[in-house]
Amino acid sequence: MRLDPFRFHVAAALTAALALAAPAPALAGAYEDLLGQLKAQGAGPFDAARGQALWIQDHPDPGGGPARSCATCHTDNLKASGKHVKTGKVIDPLAPSANPDRLTDAAKMEKWLKRNCSWTLGRECTPQEKGDVLTYIHGQ
Amino acid sequence: MRTTSKPLLWTGLLAAPALALALGAGVPALADDDDDEGGRGSRVAAPLDPRYAEECGACHVPYPAWALPARSWDRIMTGLSDHFGDNAELAPDTAAAIGRYLKANAADTARSGEARELGAARGDAPLRITELPGFKKEHREAAARAMKSKPDLKLSQCDACHTQAAQGSYRESQINVPGVGRWED
Repeated sequence: MRLDPFRFHVAAALTAALALAAPAPALAGAYEDLLGQLKAQGAGPFDAARGQALWIQDHPDPGGGPARSCATCHTDNLKASGKHVKTGKVIDPLAPSANPDRLTDAAKMEKWLKRNCSWTLGRECTPQEKGDVLTYIHGQ
Repeated sequence: MRTTSKPLLWTGLLAAPALALALGAGVPALADDDDDEGGRGSRVAAPLDPRYAEECGACHVPYPAWALPARSWDRIMTGLSDHFGDNAELAPDTAAAIGRYLKANAADTARSGEARELGAARGDAPLRITELPGFKKEHREAAARAMKSKPDLKLSQCDACHTQAAQGSYRESQINVPGVGRWED
């Protein structure tokens, strides 16, 4: 159907208005920010499957005790509660689907990655490893 | 047309804080000879610093500051990367704030009987509350009985019997020993 000039211009104006009013992309949250920082350090692209493999990988205990992995305390089911291997304290699920507070606080994410990589791997995780693990957790 | 409700509004505004005070003011604890219910000067139910409770309660019950002397807390706070075999590192400003809180409320600064009873010896800087002579004496019988029904229980799990330990309270009336129930000395 051909529009007369008036209607055409009205339609064009409306279309333009709609395009301009279209919502901006969602503001990045703490998780996206942190991944962005890791990319800025040269890491990426990130892969959940690699993160999962890292999660269950065993590492020796320098004190000679049983080997440990992330799953030692958190289990390999991130929707379930975990348990601190020494104190028995219950650890709330890591999966955002089970625990919406997860991956929303940058300071918390950095703190726990620093501590727990240090204890589990015997060193800090590389930016690539952090990104892969965070991507794995995010998808659960 | 506006109806004025100012008198009601002002009454409400003035009454609210008064009401809040009345409701919030704790009923003083009943006097108790052995101070295990939190009488005057007692730390037995002193509320925990919220940042301490959050950071140091993440993996275990947040132990009361009055349980160890300041020099012990110093040792602990400067050794967080190897905290009883775990890594408990904190951001420097958080660690500093928590250290200040612990030392300000430590056994050697507390006026209460509990701190003296636990028996942190002069001179050394013990790390384990559960190994203090006073602690062992206080818990010998209760621990033996609790472990009969729960053999995996650890003395370091205060909240296994002290039902309000996570809030920093060790009032006698709040104790519930597994397999035994209430406990009174």
